Amino acid sequence: MALLEVSGVTKVYGLLRALDGVDLKVEAGSFHGLIGPNGSGKSTLLKSIAGAHYATTGTVRFDGQDITTAPPYQRSRAGLSFKFQITAVLNDLSVYDNVLLALQSMESNWALLRSRSRQRLDAEVMHALERFRLADRADDLAGELSHGEQQWLEIAMALAPRPKLLLLDEPTGGMSPEERRVTGELLAPIKSECSLIIVEHDLDFIKNICDRLTVLDQGRVLGDGTVAEIGRDARVQEIYTSRV
Amino acid sequence: MSVATGTTAMRQTGVRSKPLPLLPFIELVMLAALVATPFVLASRPELITLMTNVLILSLLALSFDLCWGFSGIMSYGQALFFGVAGYVVALVGRDLDFSQMWGTLPLAMLIGALLAAALAAFLLLGRKTPTSIFVAFGTLTGAYAAERLVAGWQYVGAGNGLSSIKLMALGSYEFVEGFEFYSVALAALVIFYLLSRMIARSQLGLVLAGMRQNEERLAFFGYRVQVFKALIFTFSGAIAGLSGALYSYHQGFTGPTNLGPGLSTTAVIYCLFGGSGTLIGPVIGTIAIELLSYVLADTDAIRQFWPVILGVVLLVVVMFQPTGLLGLVVSARERIGSFGARRRAG
Repeated sequence: MALLEVSGVTKVYGLLRALDGVDLKVEAGSFHGLIGPNGSGKSTLLKSIAGAHYATTGTVRFDGQDITTAPPYQRSRAGLSFKFQITAVLNDLSVYDNVLLALQSMESNWALLRSRSRQRLDAEVMHALERFRLADRADDLAGELSHGEQQWLEIAMALAPRPKLLLLDEPTGGMSPEERRVTGELLAPIKSECSLIIVEHDLDFIKNICDRLTVLDQGRVLGDGTVAEIGRDARVQEIYTSRV
Repeated sequence: MSVATGTTAMRQTGVRSKPLPLLPFIELVMLAALVATPFVLASRPELITLMTNVLILSLLALSFDLCWGFSGIMSYGQALFFGVAGYVVALVGRDLDFSQMWGTLPLAMLIGALLAAALAAFLLLGRKTPTSIFVAFGTLTGAYAAERLVAGWQYVGAGNGLSSIKLMALGSYEFVEGFEFYSVALAALVIFYLLSRMIARSQLGLVLAGMRQNEERLAFFGYRVQVFKALIFTFSGAIAGLSGALYSYHQGFTGPTNLGPGLSTTAVIYCLFGGSGTLIGPVIGTIAIELLSYVLADTDAIRQFWPVILGVVLLVVVMFQPTGLLGLVVSARERIGSFGARRRAG
């Protein structure tokens, strides 16, 4: 059974059909890329999976549960984690507290009130920060980080609760080539920890880290397969040579 | 930015010195001043009575700060919890001849908490995330409706309210205005200030700090944001209820205006004037506004129009100094604070 099964998902905004009967399967341990031209529905699909909005029709099943109408907090508790396209770190909190906030989300309200996990989570917070090269910035405000560092912090926060499936919406958006290369290096090792769906415009980046790709165009699935298969697909090449 | 350059910059940033925290110092000074007040004012009993009122109203302002300053709930309903609890202890005294503080003060808190929980269930816990405006109008409507209801209800004295409220007692000892009542009010303020401070600085406080900045983001971490809001709102209702009971006992009177939008707005002003999101700010705001009112009202030259002067001062502070008086000396970083095991003064 696939970890994530999206079946016939449609999303309609007024007269616009942003998604039109999309099917998607993601196996456990897979790194799955969503590509397509601007406006093809990639981010809309990711948001439908994360719960940022609900599919108009169709179903989303995750780890055996139907989460089509589940609110974001329930999806998060089921093991889904989402990194927004626009960086949404908490600017007025320290870098350390941003990660702690993500890590402690599974604690009970009573445990939070008593700050029972504060000491226990310290090592995990620092490990997450070291992994994303932010340990030296732990006490700085998140708002003081560069754009690239904020993207890394967001990924660190999204990974912190140990999700089964991580959803990344353009994690290298606005990054320099060097930062993009480093981001690729930082993401590669998480393959042993969770599955990944990534929306990204940088095709070289996405080909390097993903096993499978799904191509969307005008809200529909144009192709789905391994990176090599998609690379040979004439329809995909047509889109990327004529419209991108 | 190259990674190497960035790392060097990071290390430099990591070791920079940080200013000493001011808030704990301000809290200690305030505590010392409030403990000393009845001794300093021993020859002026009317001022001890005034300061007792100020302490009780500080509790009300503190309850609003928990809502707005820490949880982003614009509550115009704090007077509702305050007033209803005040009426309940007055009625218990009148109809049951009971005013033992070990029974009535917890009862007042329970009433405040239950009312706040009921309002939270309606305003905060619906399927759709409520807007701030919806919550503000909802709480405002609750306070307004309660004031109108009480003003026309003969059993609770209608527009005249309830007077000659039975004195608060502990065993055979009855609390009248003065040093003893001041001590009870100060003890209540210190206890609930410390409890609120514990919440604000706990890991739960980190959730509240995150909520204030980006509620949506927190939901994607797995937090049930509206539940946290409802819990804080309920706790704030308990504090407002305690404040209302003490106020009724201290005044010996309660009336419809004690549970209406007017008093709720006053609590908002106390908080914004002193500095919301700081806990000590609302206490300072209450003291400043009440003492300013007292001095202005007692000054012959401006006796006729002191409310206008006070109104202009409040307007200027709220408009041009949105972080309140405390914002003049305490940095935004310190107001928000640090929460982890590596907590450092901001």
